Amino acid sequence: MSIRKDLLFQVTCAAIYLAFAVMCIYPFYYLILVSISSADAVSRGEVLLYPIGLHWNNFAQVLQIKGILTAFGISVARTVIGTVIMLFFSTMLAYLCTKKELPGRKWLYRATVFTMFFQAGLIPWFISMKMLGLQNNFLLYVLPGMISPFAVILIKTYIESIPPSLEESAVVDGAGHFKILTRIIAPVSVPIIAAVAVFNAVGQWNSWQDNFFLVSNPHLQTLQLILKNFLSQAEMLANMLRDGNKDLSSISRNQQLDPFAVKTTITVVTVLPILLVYPFLQRYFVKGIMLGAVKG
Amino acid sequence: MSNLENGHAVYRSFVTKERSKLPSGRLTLIAMAIPCVIALILFCYLPLLGWSIAFFHYKPGLNLFKSGFAGLDYFRMALDDRELLPVLRNTLAMSFLGLLVSPMSVIFAIFLLELRSKKLQKFIQTTTTLPNFISWVLVYAICYFMLSSGDGMLNKLLLSLNLIGQPLNPLADPDMVWVLQTAITAWKSLGFSAVVYIAAIVGIDQEQYDAASVDGAGRWSRIWNITLPGLMPTFITLLLLSIGSLLGNGFEQYYLFNNGLVQSHIQVLDLYVYRIGISQNNFPMSTAIGMAKTLVSILLLMTANQISKKLRDQSIF
Repeated sequence: MSIRKDLLFQVTCAAIYLAFAVMCIYPFYYLILVSISSADAVSRGEVLLYPIGLHWNNFAQVLQIKGILTAFGISVARTVIGTVIMLFFSTMLAYLCTKKELPGRKWLYRATVFTMFFQAGLIPWFISMKMLGLQNNFLLYVLPGMISPFAVILIKTYIESIPPSLEESAVVDGAGHFKILTRIIAPVSVPIIAAVAVFNAVGQWNSWQDNFFLVSNPHLQTLQLILKNFLSQAEMLANMLRDGNKDLSSISRNQQLDPFAVKTTITVVTVLPILLVYPFLQRYFVKGIMLGAVKG
Repeated sequence: MSNLENGHAVYRSFVTKERSKLPSGRLTLIAMAIPCVIALILFCYLPLLGWSIAFFHYKPGLNLFKSGFAGLDYFRMALDDRELLPVLRNTLAMSFLGLLVSPMSVIFAIFLLELRSKKLQKFIQTTTTLPNFISWVLVYAICYFMLSSGDGMLNKLLLSLNLIGQPLNPLADPDMVWVLQTAITAWKSLGFSAVVYIAAIVGIDQEQYDAASVDGAGRWSRIWNITLPGLMPTFITLLLLSIGSLLGNGFEQYYLFNNGLVQSHIQVLDLYVYRIGISQNNFPMSTAIGMAKTLVSILLLMTANQISKKLRDQSIF
């Protein structure tokens, strides 16, 4: 292969990949620009590469909207608490599935994997959660996901690759199974547990359907659902204006806030936490996939 | 010294065997298993029991066993619904388009690793996996801010450059739905799904490539003869799983992108199950459709798995 041909290949590939990379990150950059630029410049379509008329009013206003800070807190709480609960029980179940002394451990494992394929569907889930008293309850966000079959499979496979001698030394010291799990198995399994934790935390942060279907209490709203409601509310507003239905009473509620600016700013508030932690956590995503791919 | 250690190890394994037979250890294990089993029963198996709703004239708030037995009435009702065919058409159309673009992540991974600059590789990987980690609400928000006819950045740009006379509105165009939704899914997941293949390529035995270079094989021949066959098992596994989810392309994406103008083309099974169940309050029919969906999906997965077992001696169970 000639050197020129190879250079051409490298440049073409790099150009295509860079174009796609720009498509993946530019929208985020654009939203941030819009949220800190002057509304006039934005509506004229001038804000594309750098902020014009830099200001922070949008953030100041959005943070004053009733419920936004509470929602932020709820989203953080469900992410942290939900992930900790999931890690604790799924790691424990994974450990149990590797223990020959536990009667029926194979069936326990099968019963866990089974749930990955046999999903009940919306209505049965809806009724069951109501029956369990989780309607309008914070526990709805953190309890139903406590056993993640996917996590159990990954962690179990990882535990099985740990040399048994490690455990045996603890047994000699008189440690019970729970102690072995928390003092030896879990610390050694940190790579896979971290990867699973990151995936689960992102899932928790992004989740809104449980909130949408079963929680109407305004103090328990998640940030994602608030954003969703704001987006569709504005759409309703736009539709009403287009259809000539100028019901002023419903429009004037948002009058003091520029709806477009509010929407972009809430979007930025929702996406910012992911953008901030992403560079640090990215290696765990990749590692999780690598570990999963090798085992699976 | 080494003898002593050996002796210790023997003693240790002896002790372990003795200890593990002790009932107290087993009791701890059972005690640890109890909360997990309860969680599985409450959050996974109790909803499955809810499938029985499909066989009763159940209304929200009533006692299931006091509502009359309906047999397969609700399954028949679902089959007779004239919305079902368009729904299935939309579901399958978008699933097959998804299958069609799935080799893109293979290509993405192969050529990314052909790039000589490791820094560039890392940069591309970091940026392109980002969209996978944002919620569908945010994806919808982004599409809205980029593509919508009034506020969309793309329209503003094209209009100001005089490239178009009228604002485009792809989010409200029923003929565009299938392609647009497939493109959005690809945008969100391409970079991330490529990571699996990158891991697989890295796992291919380097000696094969070295041998090929000695034989004078060029880039394309290396890719064709070593990389692609090496990726086949991973590709087949993922293909089998996506055949298992042909009917379940998800709720969030289609619910969020749904609007009055595009509903005829965006309503997939999961959205239909929601509409029948929550909007129309027909719990038994919604459950019946959801149940049939799960069962057919498992059947599809099993069949595809059997075929792959016969043809390639590869299976996921």
